[in-house]
Amino acid sequence: MAAGVATWLPFARAAAVGWLPLAKKTMPKPPVDKKSRNDEILFVNVSGLRFQTWKNTLDRYPDTLLGSSEKEFFYNEDTQEYFFDRDPEMFRHILNFYRTGKLHYPRQECIQAFDEELAFYGIVPDIIGDCCMEEYRDRKKENQERLAEDTEAEMATDTPLPPHSTPRERLWRAFENPHTSTMALVFYYVTGFFIAVSVIANVVETVPCRPPKGSKKDLPCGEKYSLAFFCMDTACVLIFTFEYLMRLFAAPSRCKFMRSVMSVIDVVAIMPYYIGLVMPENEDVSGAFVTLRVFRVFRIFKFSRHSQGLRILGYTLKSCASELGFLLFSLTMAIIIFATVMFYAEKGTKGTNFTSIPASFWYTIVTMTTLGYGDMVPNTIAGKIFGSICSLSGVLVIALPVPVIVSNFSRIYHQNQRADKMRAQQKVRLARIRLAKKGTTNAFLQYKEEGGFQDRGSDSALCLKNRSSFEHQHHHLLHCLEKTTNHEFTDELTFSEMCMTESVGYRTSRSTSISSQQGVSTSCCPRRAKRRAIRLANSTVSVSRGSVQELDTLQVHKTSAGPQSRSSLNARTEDLKLNCDDRDFTAAIISIPTPPANTPDESLPPSPAIPGILRNSRCSSFTHETVKISSL
Amino acid sequence: MSRPQECLKQLMSGDETSGLYVLMLLSFFPLYYWCFTEESTEDDFEISFVCHRPDDLDILQEETEFSKKELQFLYRAFKNECPSGVVTEDVFKLIYSQFFPQGDSSIYAHYLFEAFDTNRNGCLSFKEFVAGLSLILRGSIYDRLNWAFHFYDLDKDGFITREEMMKIMKSIYVLMGKYVYPSIHNDTPKEHVENFFQKMDRNRDGVITIEEFMESCQKDANIMRSMRLFDSVF
Repeated sequence: MAAGVATWLPFARAAAVGWLPLAKKTMPKPPVDKKSRNDEILFVNVSGLRFQTWKNTLDRYPDTLLGSSEKEFFYNEDTQEYFFDRDPEMFRHILNFYRTGKLHYPRQECIQAFDEELAFYGIVPDIIGDCCMEEYRDRKKENQERLAEDTEAEMATDTPLPPHSTPRERLWRAFENPHTSTMALVFYYVTGFFIAVSVIANVVETVPCRPPKGSKKDLPCGEKYSLAFFCMDTACVLIFTFEYLMRLFAAPSRCKFMRSVMSVIDVVAIMPYYIGLVMPENEDVSGAFVTLRVFRVFRIFKFSRHSQGLRILGYTLKSCASELGFLLFSLTMAIIIFATVMFYAEKGTKGTNFTSIPASFWYTIVTMTTLGYGDMVPNTIAGKIFGSICSLSGVLVIALPVPVIVSNFSRIYHQNQRADKMRAQQKVRLARIRLAKKGTTNAFLQYKEEGGFQDRGSDSALCLKNRSSFEHQHHHLLHCLEKTTNHEFTDELTFSEMCMTESVGYRTSRSTSISSQQGVSTSCCPRRAKRRAIRLANSTVSVSRGSVQELDTLQVHKTSAGPQSRSSLNARTEDLKLNCDDRDFTAAIISIPTPPANTPDESLPPSPAIPGILRNSRCSSFTHETVKISSL
Repeated sequence: MSRPQECLKQLMSGDETSGLYVLMLLSFFPLYYWCFTEESTEDDFEISFVCHRPDDLDILQEETEFSKKELQFLYRAFKNECPSGVVTEDVFKLIYSQFFPQGDSSIYAHYLFEAFDTNRNGCLSFKEFVAGLSLILRGSIYDRLNWAFHFYDLDKDGFITREEMMKIMKSIYVLMGKYVYPSIHNDTPKEHVENFFQKMDRNRDGVITIEEFMESCQKDANIMRSMRLFDSVF
């Protein structure tokens, strides 16, 4: 409803007095209006900018935030006003909507910011007035296209290959993005080379070569060296066929692939060769075959896979279809008109070229496009007059739709440029995010290391003082998470080392005694003084060298080569005592608890009494040693 | 033959050529018209700015039965919808149509507009608007009935004829729209008018005067009760 309609309601109801004497039945009782009729001024403070309006104004749209009781949530008792912590500039437009009933879109604002404000105030964007609706829609579409492109670009290039992709998926991906693997790149360049070779061969075929001995006539090279050209053609066609079959095999949706433009071009490019092979040596048919050879020129379109600019051009032409259609239509109209006129003008002249109206078409086209070959010229005065009008108007008619096409091309081209720039920016951004994440993790780990979890003694309080309360609370939160899941955090370096040392790994079978473990080689951190292993209480640990493990392997680093009588890998608590100083810490990575094997659960790991936790030790020199447990 | 004569002969001999020349000459006229008379259309863009200011608040308060606050409230709504200060019939129809989305309210709104527009100048000023409202909402039952009578009396001659009543009745039924139950036949307004006239027309002369109207309405308890409803509308 329009703005003032709600306030005209009393008038409409009053006008109903005209129905009363005619009424067949008694009128119903009117609803009791509990609200006081007194209109009051409300104060709305938006980030410091104070607005004042009648309560009535806001009540016009009861399904928005300001019109409903939702605004009471923002009421500030102390200052007797409604306080919103939002953009004051935008609020001006929102409030104007209440006042005038028309929502305007401010052109200088970002479309997303505007949408967010509208969403906050509960206003549907559809009510934007006609004056601003077009601009709003255009900007919104542009924005959406941009976002869609970005997500597409992200997904296309930056996502690493899912780990369990079939060879078929990998092949398709290699075809679509040649930059992902060297093989794909090689194939890409090879096909490009062969396309070029094929096109050049087609072209050179027709150049006249010196005639062979004993003949006077010039032969085209194609016939002189027909065998060589045939071999080259065969090679190219073989490559193209192979490529086409591979693409067909790898395509996720074969029907869709076969219908796509590129595949049609591929087929058309190689078909003439095969048709020529299978066709019999028939006089009439070979004439048609010669015509088919023309289709070999389509091979040049295969370059569009290699060139983005060509693709953009094609896409532009497709999107400007309506303008092109208009251009064609108007040109046709003008051609017909002028050809008719010229024909009639030149009809009287003897020996004239304008023998019929279709014959005049040629003259009209040549004149309108300002080519002016001069093979057909008017001789009469009338013909010359109309000929000049024709050429003048030709310039106009052609010049009209061209800027539209050009602007479309420019828009699409810039979009593509932007996509490339976005990709580069994205990489930088991701690197920065990774760095930030690493920073927080390091901070957390350092926090733990410095004994943040223990009771704050006087000595430890010093090192903790230079952290903000935010960090304290954040770290407390992370610690809670650790306790909840029974896992602990570690950092990337440690984790990658664990993966590395898996192959170096230590082999222990289920029945090996611990003593056999003593023969294990040292860890990656030889300077480590203390080592520690924690064993899963209820699971068997086995580490295999190079075997396919789903979990990390167990590395047992034993500090003291104490003889163990146990057959299992359970480590004694005493042996596992962590007698390092404060900075020597061990963190663990959890492995999945396995079904209990033949391991007795006598010795549970010491405090922290968490089964199967790997601890990541950190030496004072920040070299890492990891203890991994894997279970089968 | 002399040269000009030769040329003329040549020009005239070609059958289509002369036609072409004629065509060329003729085509100049529309061009001339189009090129040289374009400027005159510029004047139409001037929009007439009519700005009407109402009487003073105190005067209006005396003339009507509304309090100052009520007048302020009404004027703000009025001015918001019509910044120029007067309501034209189109705007009036538009406003009224928003209350009756199903049917066509333009005819009824037209009659209503005429009822409010007491000085018949084609636009409704705030004074007329408020005067009408004051009669209906703050007046006595006699005032309301009076207003209703003047509303029905389309040509304002003091008599309600059958044709006038028929028009009003039709416009009211059109307000309802198509989707009503039970559905409206063509005869429904006619029947309704007949009922009305039977009730109101005392001396069976085919027209209703104001005295007949007042008398009949005051005798009808339903109507009296309904009239009292308007005390609480605003």
